[in-house]
Amino acid sequence: MDWFPLYNSLRVAGISTIITFFVGIFAAYYISFARPSVKGALDCFLTLPMVLPPTVVGFFLLKAIGPLGPVGSRILSVFGFKMTMTWYSAIFAVTIVSFPLMYRTARGAFEAFDETLRYSGQTLGLSDTFIFWRITLPNCKQGILAGAVLAFARALGEYGATTMVTGYIPGRTATISTTVYQLWREGNDSLAYRWVFINLAISFVVLVAVNMFETRYRSTPRAGRSPEADGM
Amino acid sequence: MPLYVRARKNFGSFVLDVDFESPDGVMGLLGASGCGKSMTLKCIAGVVRPDEGLIISNGRVLFDSSRGINLPPRSRGVGLLFQNYALFPNMTVEGNIMTVLGRAARDAGDLYRSLISRFHLSGLEKRYPADLSGGQQQRTALARIMAAAPSLIMLDEPLSALDSYLRWQLEGELASILEEFGGVALYVSHNRDEVYRMCRGVCVMNSGRNEPVRTVQDLFDSPDTLASSLLTGCKNYSRIERVGPRKVRALDWNAELECGGTVADDAGFIGVRAHYVHPVSKPGDNVFSCRVERVTHDVFHTIVNLIPEGTSPEREYSRVRMEITREESSELRAGDIIEVGIKPRDVMPLKK
Repeated sequence: MDWFPLYNSLRVAGISTIITFFVGIFAAYYISFARPSVKGALDCFLTLPMVLPPTVVGFFLLKAIGPLGPVGSRILSVFGFKMTMTWYSAIFAVTIVSFPLMYRTARGAFEAFDETLRYSGQTLGLSDTFIFWRITLPNCKQGILAGAVLAFARALGEYGATTMVTGYIPGRTATISTTVYQLWREGNDSLAYRWVFINLAISFVVLVAVNMFETRYRSTPRAGRSPEADGM
Repeated sequence: MPLYVRARKNFGSFVLDVDFESPDGVMGLLGASGCGKSMTLKCIAGVVRPDEGLIISNGRVLFDSSRGINLPPRSRGVGLLFQNYALFPNMTVEGNIMTVLGRAARDAGDLYRSLISRFHLSGLEKRYPADLSGGQQQRTALARIMAAAPSLIMLDEPLSALDSYLRWQLEGELASILEEFGGVALYVSHNRDEVYRMCRGVCVMNSGRNEPVRTVQDLFDSPDTLASSLLTGCKNYSRIERVGPRKVRALDWNAELECGGTVADDAGFIGVRAHYVHPVSKPGDNVFSCRVERVTHDVFHTIVNLIPEGTSPEREYSRVRMEITREESSELRAGDIIEVGIKPRDVMPLKK
């Protein structure tokens, strides 16, 4: 059995999750402070890929980064490489489709963050950088990591936009989801079943990991008072 | 003047417009919830920017809209104790304090140890805020504020998150910490007793505005506005009409009352404390008839709700509350018509 689709899927999902993780956090952080009008507009724009059919995202992507598109044609003429029909094309598609999950979950975490912690940090003389990295982020950890896991899971399962920009080239652009579709079309049910079970296994492992992580998080110290701990 | 604050900020439905100065020592900001006390502290601390104003602390201009000065919170030298203490939940007691001292600072270790012993935190250094009691959290938060060596301290309802037993103990500790501090401390509270015990000066706030700073004693003896009188715990009010230099007609009580002093032209109300209302045997000056609505026995005294004769009980101010001893009240039954008297010196004319 050729394991390339598994390797390719993990590689694409991993890289795009790293991108959405950082971009999502910073977008979420700055938008949670923006003025209401700016916030509304940016929020709509960044959430759009979540509600659009992935094929529509794929269509726009092809128009932009295809060999004839404004971005794709320039990169082809300047750097000499194609942006579509390669394994890394899927990264663009998957990043865009999974981004809203990371962004929205992280934004929820920032908005739920107790702003008196930031205020007290400021009045105590701490720098904004310190406050962000050492106070805000650690206390929003749960939401941020939940967003990353969701984005990774979504990235792993992306089909519509990916297939439009990468096509299906065995050993070069095939991912698990495009492989399952291809095998089904060829009537190769036995192999299709294998990939389906591999997919189920990965999803199961991801969900178990989320649960274990959440349990561990809940048992670590959090804000709040426990009157029974009073030693006076 | 150690602290001068003039700040105005429009929130649309609410306008904060304060102007006061504070001498050294503990000054209370007393007001009902939502009156802008916490917002005033945030403006002074610099985490909220007023639309317009001037804030000066110990000779340093922290904010001056006319000259475009707005120091960031970290350069203001202002310590703010939040109502929930705002300890960093991801850091231990030690982490919370050392973060402020700066681990690299030369004498950080000595300062840290002195803070731990001064705030009775020995043995708790490795605990997270969630594993501390309310009192321990407050001491940690105070130690952390002192680590930043502020020149002005502000406490936002410091005792309201605690149950009443702890509150007594902590009030004492807090008083000695503030005494030791010596500089200006603003003490925000909606609890009149707390302010009475903790503060020398007091500034009453009401819907975003403040009244002039007064001594606590002065405020409780003769509150001059309806808002400050409500905050000092006075229970009985009536709208008035002036009928003489010292005489008013209490419209809601259907009575004419003599006051202890001259009644100002802009007085619109009188207030009478519940324990200054007494049953009397016969009609006379400053006496009016009431029907007993309800007699309630409290732990040490009796509360009698009265409806003045000739008034309708639906009106806002028409009930008079009388607090008397159990002996005085033994004869009273609901439905009785009795005469009650108020001494002129106990009638407080109030501005709206």
